[in-house]
Amino acid sequence: MGTLLEMRQITKRFDRVLALDEVSLEAREGEILAVVGENGAGKSTLMKILSGVYAHGDYQGQIFYKDEECRFKSIKDSEKRGIVIIHQELALIPYLSISENIFLGNEQAKGGVINWHLTYQKTAGLLEKVGLRENPHTLVSNIGVGKQQLVEIAKALSKRVEVLVLDEPTAALNDIESENLLNLLLELKKEGITSILISHKLGEVLKVSDQITVIRDGKTVESFPNVDVDENRIIRGMVGRDILDRFPPRDTTPGDILFEVRDWTVHHPEIADKKVIDGVNLSVKRGEVVGIAGLMGAGRTELAMSLFGGAYGSKITGTILKGGKPLHLKSVSQAIENGIAYLTEDRKQYGLILDETICRNISLANLNAVSVRLTVDEFKEKRVAEDYRGRVDIRARDVLQHVKNLSGGNQQKVVLSKWLFADPDVLILDEPTRGIDVGAKYEIYQIINELARQGKCVIVISSELPEVIGLSDRIYIMNEGRMVGELARDQATQESIMEHIMES
Amino acid sequence: MNTIRENLRQYGMVIALVAIAVFFQIMTGGVIFRPANITNLILQNSYILILAVGMTLVIVTGRIDLSVGSIAAFSGALSGVFIINMGWPVWLTVFVVLLVGALCGAWQGFWIAYRGVPFFVVTLAGMLLFRGITMILLDGRMIGPFPTGFQMMAAGFVPEPFGLGTALNEMAVLVAALLSLAFIAVEVRKRAISRKYGVEAGPIHFFVLKIVLAVGAIALFGYWFGASNGIPNIMVLLGVLIFAYSYMANKTIMGRHLYATGGNADTAALSGIKVKSIVFWVYVNMGVLAALAGLVFTARLNSAMPRAGTGFELQAIAAAFIGGASPYGGVGKVTGAIVGAMMVGIISNGMSILGISVDIQQVVTGMVLLAAVILDALAKGRAEKSSKPAVKA
Repeated sequence: MGTLLEMRQITKRFDRVLALDEVSLEAREGEILAVVGENGAGKSTLMKILSGVYAHGDYQGQIFYKDEECRFKSIKDSEKRGIVIIHQELALIPYLSISENIFLGNEQAKGGVINWHLTYQKTAGLLEKVGLRENPHTLVSNIGVGKQQLVEIAKALSKRVEVLVLDEPTAALNDIESENLLNLLLELKKEGITSILISHKLGEVLKVSDQITVIRDGKTVESFPNVDVDENRIIRGMVGRDILDRFPPRDTTPGDILFEVRDWTVHHPEIADKKVIDGVNLSVKRGEVVGIAGLMGAGRTELAMSLFGGAYGSKITGTILKGGKPLHLKSVSQAIENGIAYLTEDRKQYGLILDETICRNISLANLNAVSVRLTVDEFKEKRVAEDYRGRVDIRARDVLQHVKNLSGGNQQKVVLSKWLFADPDVLILDEPTRGIDVGAKYEIYQIINELARQGKCVIVISSELPEVIGLSDRIYIMNEGRMVGELARDQATQESIMEHIMES
Repeated sequence: MNTIRENLRQYGMVIALVAIAVFFQIMTGGVIFRPANITNLILQNSYILILAVGMTLVIVTGRIDLSVGSIAAFSGALSGVFIINMGWPVWLTVFVVLLVGALCGAWQGFWIAYRGVPFFVVTLAGMLLFRGITMILLDGRMIGPFPTGFQMMAAGFVPEPFGLGTALNEMAVLVAALLSLAFIAVEVRKRAISRKYGVEAGPIHFFVLKIVLAVGAIALFGYWFGASNGIPNIMVLLGVLIFAYSYMANKTIMGRHLYATGGNADTAALSGIKVKSIVFWVYVNMGVLAALAGLVFTARLNSAMPRAGTGFELQAIAAAFIGGASPYGGVGKVTGAIVGAMMVGIISNGMSILGISVDIQQVVTGMVLLAAVILDALAKGRAEKSSKPAVKA
């Protein structure tokens, strides 16, 4: 099979910053090419150039498609040639139906009047192809993210796609949904569709790709066929060195039980008789890292938020004990005052004020500590922020830089700093490494270890099983709002955890 | 280099204000900045300034309040009923009217903050509701005149303490001198603290320039008020309000909570900030300030009128936006809104002096509003680009 698409020596600058430095890649017809690299390595920029978001002339270098040079001025140009990109953030309109979304901008119309029969008929065919059993009339807002992803692919197929570019397609999907999506890619491959897959999840990359291209710091580092390759091989390419241990070792032993939850039951905030959390018990010792594993929708986030001063749910019953004393937490601020912190899974929406400075984000949950009576001491605040910038290594010019200009890993360090500054005894970390690269992950694991060393209780919620297993002293397994198992570190394997979930 | 650019943006509005002032000074042959006209300018715009202070806080939470004009009219009507029809003393009337303003704000704040009704709907309803009550109270007629004590609120001047018969008003000179000294003392102390904490305090010539400009401005006002009738009472009220609200917004925990709520309410709530109660109290505060503006307006016109305060809400909102507040919340300064209101005030006043009709004044005000917001967006866009060399991880 010959080369279908080639990007040659692409160079792209933003002002003075070199985002891409003579990057080249090559996709062969009917293959799946994986593009991997750390956050900020330039993968998304490259794909934006390919799809015409950055028009020809905005960059140096050439794009060849079917042995012909292409100069895309807009997304329309690239789509006309059959190159369709599906972005990380889905571009569907929530209050339109599946079929309206699929044919948005490409309406099946004559003289401006839409032929709905034809639209639905075509939609049904496309949905069958992608394996989505939904009514074409269903509103997109009523189906889950996994299914929305399939709608996006159906939309791409409706445009007679030849090259399908997927930017982190499984980032928001659970294991089963991811599996389906990857199988669909393999299915499409059989039909001769070429795909370019951008992913952080190396397991996926290994599973489906034929060729792997690694980008680091805006340069193509290497490109090799997916034969006899393992994750460590790819990581070495991504970070430029061997990471021998993906999880830093921890040499502390947990102490007495400090934090305990008994018979915790929470109902849905709107549907009052629906139990979301059902009789959960858990305990965490001083200096212990406890993981909570489970599929998406198992109720882990809901559990964490309901414990955090009732930030989620209604009709909450049960007891929280800290140091043997019961806590009655009526609000988030009471939870914080009692030494509990909760790092949210979605940092942009719930963890940060993007338009504010690093400094003001860090002080937000504990302003009293930098204030004299009611007045904020801005000098002290800045000094505190500078201190954390050094301690957790937030890479920024200074603490007055706005958070929205930081990379994902650095943003997460800002949120962590905020909670460290609030000086909690119990930290609940919900997906602490979601969407951040290998290097920054490692640094966050080190911070978690440091917290354990200080005798704090750390609860880690993560959808990545290797992470839960690698980090935790003990693992709780949750499914459908209940605890269905508990495993010590040495008993825990991905298989044993999945077994508990399936058997429950 | 960086500091110059950032400072320019920060003071851009002030520079624009000065430019407009100079323009009208030339066009009107010096009439606009005659001492008597300055006093007039302040009095004419005082109620918009008061409303703009409260509106800035509302806008910072990402909301607006359309009802303030009607609440102002309502409080004017109430003061008329209390003082003229029922013979209440002025102090009691002022107290009760402000309380009623707070209740109006609480009514709206309750639905918006605790019941999640869209602010636009609630305050639009409030606009109609309070206007209607005003009409009923006044039976469609105006009430007046008010006793002198009440009028003095808007028309009076701070008395001279010594009565020496100097050419300039003693009080104005004294206050200007004290304010200048206070300003210098505060700035010097700030610089000293910066140095103590090892924070870069900025180049010395900026520091001197800032002091010279500020003291110059204070002296100019001192002269203007000194050469006419002295410091208007309303100026004292405005000064206190601007200082207190700026301090609250910029320096206190409450202020931080306010900006955090506007910046990202979800994050704020999960950081322990009582977002709902902040929104509620911002509306209560707006109600009180709207009532205050209504009292000042009524005192100035010396009558309570059913149609008073029509369009005030839009002028206050315009002032806040011209002053750099963001319609999306989280951004906006009290002082910015004051500059914005003064800009509109000077343009209207200058054009009136030039004999340009009110219709055209509205056209110009509209264009200024649009231009200010567009310039702001452009400046922001550029700033974002230039700060893009963010560190990659």
